[in-house]
Amino acid sequence: MTANSPLSADEHDALLTGWGRTAPSRARMVAAHTVADISAGIQSSGPRGVLARGLGRSYGDAAQSGGATVFDMTALRSFDLDIEAGTVTADAGTSIDDLLRSVIPAGFFVPVTAGTRFVTVGGAIAADIHGKNHHGEGSFASHVTRMRVVDGRGEQNELRPDDPTTAEMFWATVGGMGLTGVIVEATFRLLPIETAQMSVDTTRCRDLDDVMARMIEGDDRYRYSVAWIDSVASSGRGVLTRGDHARRDQLPAGDPAGDAGTALEYATPSLPSAPPFVPGGLLNSATVRAFNETWFRKHPKDRSSEIMSIPAFFHPLDGVRDWNRVYGPQGFLQYQFVVPDSAGWLVERTLSRLRDVGAPSFLTVLKRFGPANPAPLSFPQPGWTLAADVPARNDRLAPVLDDLDELVAAEGGRLYLAKDSRQSPAMLAATYPRLSEWQAVRDRMDPSGIFTSDLGRRLSL
Amino acid sequence: MNDALGEVQSVLVLGGSSEIARATIVELPGNRLRRVVLAGRASSALDDAAAFLGNRGIPTVEVAEFDATATDSHGAFIDEVFDNSDIDLVIMAFGVLGDQMEVEADPSKAVQIATVNYTGAVSVGLHVARRLRQQGHGNLVVLSSVAGDRARRSNYVYGSTKAGLDAFAQGLGDALAGSGASVLVVRPGMVRTRMSAGLPEAPMTTDPEVVGKAIVQALRKGKHTIYAPGPLRFLMGAVKAVPRPVFRKLPQ
Repeated sequence: MTANSPLSADEHDALLTGWGRTAPSRARMVAAHTVADISAGIQSSGPRGVLARGLGRSYGDAAQSGGATVFDMTALRSFDLDIEAGTVTADAGTSIDDLLRSVIPAGFFVPVTAGTRFVTVGGAIAADIHGKNHHGEGSFASHVTRMRVVDGRGEQNELRPDDPTTAEMFWATVGGMGLTGVIVEATFRLLPIETAQMSVDTTRCRDLDDVMARMIEGDDRYRYSVAWIDSVASSGRGVLTRGDHARRDQLPAGDPAGDAGTALEYATPSLPSAPPFVPGGLLNSATVRAFNETWFRKHPKDRSSEIMSIPAFFHPLDGVRDWNRVYGPQGFLQYQFVVPDSAGWLVERTLSRLRDVGAPSFLTVLKRFGPANPAPLSFPQPGWTLAADVPARNDRLAPVLDDLDELVAAEGGRLYLAKDSRQSPAMLAATYPRLSEWQAVRDRMDPSGIFTSDLGRRLSL
Repeated sequence: MNDALGEVQSVLVLGGSSEIARATIVELPGNRLRRVVLAGRASSALDDAAAFLGNRGIPTVEVAEFDATATDSHGAFIDEVFDNSDIDLVIMAFGVLGDQMEVEADPSKAVQIATVNYTGAVSVGLHVARRLRQQGHGNLVVLSSVAGDRARRSNYVYGSTKAGLDAFAQGLGDALAGSGASVLVVRPGMVRTRMSAGLPEAPMTTDPEVVGKAIVQALRKGKHTIYAPGPLRFLMGAVKAVPRPVFRKLPQ
């Protein structure tokens, strides 16, 4: 066989999917060891273009691009902590996991963390991730003071939100899903903390109205707040966990962590990974019901100021490596929308529609968002955000999600691009009204359309 | 692009007037279709197929001139279709049945059948595969036939072209492993279409809609070979086990 058949495999071939493991595509995957690698890759890119990929935690097709050159950014992972200024300057491939191991012992926490710490700084900006503190402290990019981005000509740009000549490009890159350029470095503010522990109030709520009423009434008193909802129970009962970083004086007397020397010790539990192959039918209504029941019961009815570790509070799922495999070979998707407060009824409607088609969500999370930032494609806006994980193999799911999309759009809401793997281009255009404004800036940064992704193609971004 | 729930946005049908291809498109799950290219020889059946799909609200339905026997034109044709946009699903649905008695009397007619069903399919199939690999995703559905599973007195020229096509498509699927693209080989039994009109019905004869549904389900599940209807797999397993002297005497 000759080596140059147009059908021959290439040593750089990689089949990529998002965290949901749906709709794979092949790309030419190359490790970016230096910024020069990225510039050179952009300047020599083929007709299918280039894309940066971090740790692949987007659920859908954001970090894959069929036929393109995809930069594995995780080799670019050094960072500098400026203790005086309380900021960190990190390469784009640095993970939040790496950062936490360094900054917590120094008395700092990242300004925003998603439900997993296995995301890169570049990905956090490109998706403009949010955490349990969005209602008070905004999304990740709200804490970024500068970043360096390689544009579609292969040139480096220093972008700052406070610099009128680059602010537009800064905000187009925030939430821009990697389509304005390759983020290579960013500086952002950290949060000073006294201990590596959390002080948490937990409330078991009898139904969804109870959960939502308590959140409206009390979230402002907490830095962090999130509700887990039992998607199987028609009551929509849930567990509300809210808290803040524990101060030294909140640790119980005699607790070794109360010592100045050990208060900031940070360890992450390492638990086994999910098995490499799981049959598709394992997650069914019965197992989801059992899990939800257990989860609800495991929480105390009402407990105040419980001391909890950072991983237990922020990243419980990171304890099981590759937990996305439990959905079987056809994968899963996460449906996450935000709607204004006036459309809070959509939370209940969504859960009941999913139950009706036998696709109860395994893990369902409800949160309140605060104000939006200036980025045209940033997801958060004031109101409710619901995230529901559902297996993709369900044949009745597609029309139900399309119906829900229409309701979300009609109420002025939208879907999170970092989670999306199935919305229509029309839905996207209707719910991100500043799309054309973003496209104009993107076209200036990438005049020949070098940056491509399956998400971008699917949604005509 | 394909999405997480198996929806596709663009389809190329080679043999654009095919009733099975049309039924497959109709069975596609939702409203994501943006572009369908129906390629074939100009005919009223091709125009009818385009009108039918246009009426179903697909924004762009193109009709393109394609001749399976004009193999020199295949490369440029496929490039033109794929340069316009990615193609998520290619359905290779062209083929001619011919009349066994006629082709035995006039072997040039057998050459014609072999050229369309096999030579033309190999040619355009390789061009499609090249572009699918290049774009890194997409499915090629090849309509084979149970007639290729075991030669029959009544249609062995047709059957032999499908046997060749079937082997080609299997190998092509293997060649594309890891490319993001895949090949689905579909072996329908007798289907009530223009091709089979007037012929006596064989066991398990079915309708295009049944085949279309089976194709869409197989694509969702990532299968590489299906029979349609499904139980034909077992019938053909039995048929293949019948000794030649006995098989020859069975009603054909």
